[in-house]
Amino acid sequence: MVPLYMAFLVGGSLCLIGQIIMDATKANVTPGHILVGYITSGAILSGLGIYQSLVNLGGAGATVPLSGFGHLLVQGTLKAVEQRGLLGAFSGGVEAAAAGITAAIVFGYLVAVVFNPKVKE
Amino acid sequence: MTPDVDSRPFLMNKNRLLWAKYGLQGGKLMQTPDQKLKELDRQEYEELASQIRPKPKWAANLLWAFVVGGLICTLGQWMVNFMVSRGVSLADASSSASCILIFLAAMATGLGYYNQLGQRAGAGSIVPITGFANAIVASALEFKREGYIFGVGARIFSVAGPTLVFGFVVAVLVGLIKVFLTS
Repeated sequence: MVPLYMAFLVGGSLCLIGQIIMDATKANVTPGHILVGYITSGAILSGLGIYQSLVNLGGAGATVPLSGFGHLLVQGTLKAVEQRGLLGAFSGGVEAAAAGITAAIVFGYLVAVVFNPKVKE
Repeated sequence: MTPDVDSRPFLMNKNRLLWAKYGLQGGKLMQTPDQKLKELDRQEYEELASQIRPKPKWAANLLWAFVVGGLICTLGQWMVNFMVSRGVSLADASSSASCILIFLAAMATGLGYYNQLGQRAGAGSIVPITGFANAIVASALEFKREGYIFGVGARIFSVAGPTLVFGFVVAVLVGLIKVFLTS
């Protein structure tokens, strides 16, 4: 099991990098860009075999940030390719990440239906 | 602070600086030497202030992002460790922890707490998967008045959509590369 302080250090560092990118580029980088950038770079690093060592080191500190979501997609794809070949390249990613994607969509929808937008003060 | 100069439009500011330099200019307003001095003081102050101002903000932003992001990941790790100690496989525990974090973040966004946190924590609240859930709920809520199908239902994906698209595209590309390398 990964100790909690390693999750804190690795997760905190990944967020720190995001904050540096946002502060250095000011208004040009929106939260949406950060999310897209993290999932893309996580997936690429995972494909190159680099991200797994970060997961071994930091556990949830590397899987909870969105780059870990990209890692999950790529590792699912690679595993499925071993079992099912070409079909696996298309099915494996979503299979591995299904729980997170479905939870986000269902919880997101329900919360948006139940709550009303807060007026900014 | 010098709010009266700061809040003026640029042109007005420039005119005031001209007056400060040449005294009577255009014949309308005249500044005493005392005002000239004040104007120069202000310029100097602004120059100095602009050099100093961003630095403490940078440090505070970075610290907040690091601590809040780290704590969210620590919460995830605590849940994973708890489930693994109860005999759940690491992959299932990790997925479950993500689902719980997504649920918590969606609720916190609905109640208005997550955005308050985000104003302070910046990337610390965006980069974790809770930021993904926050983006989904926030954009859905924003378009609630357009209806539950094409308002909430469609706008859920205004940030989540691009994120998933890029994730899927890279994952499939990596998979295809592996197919070609192994065949």
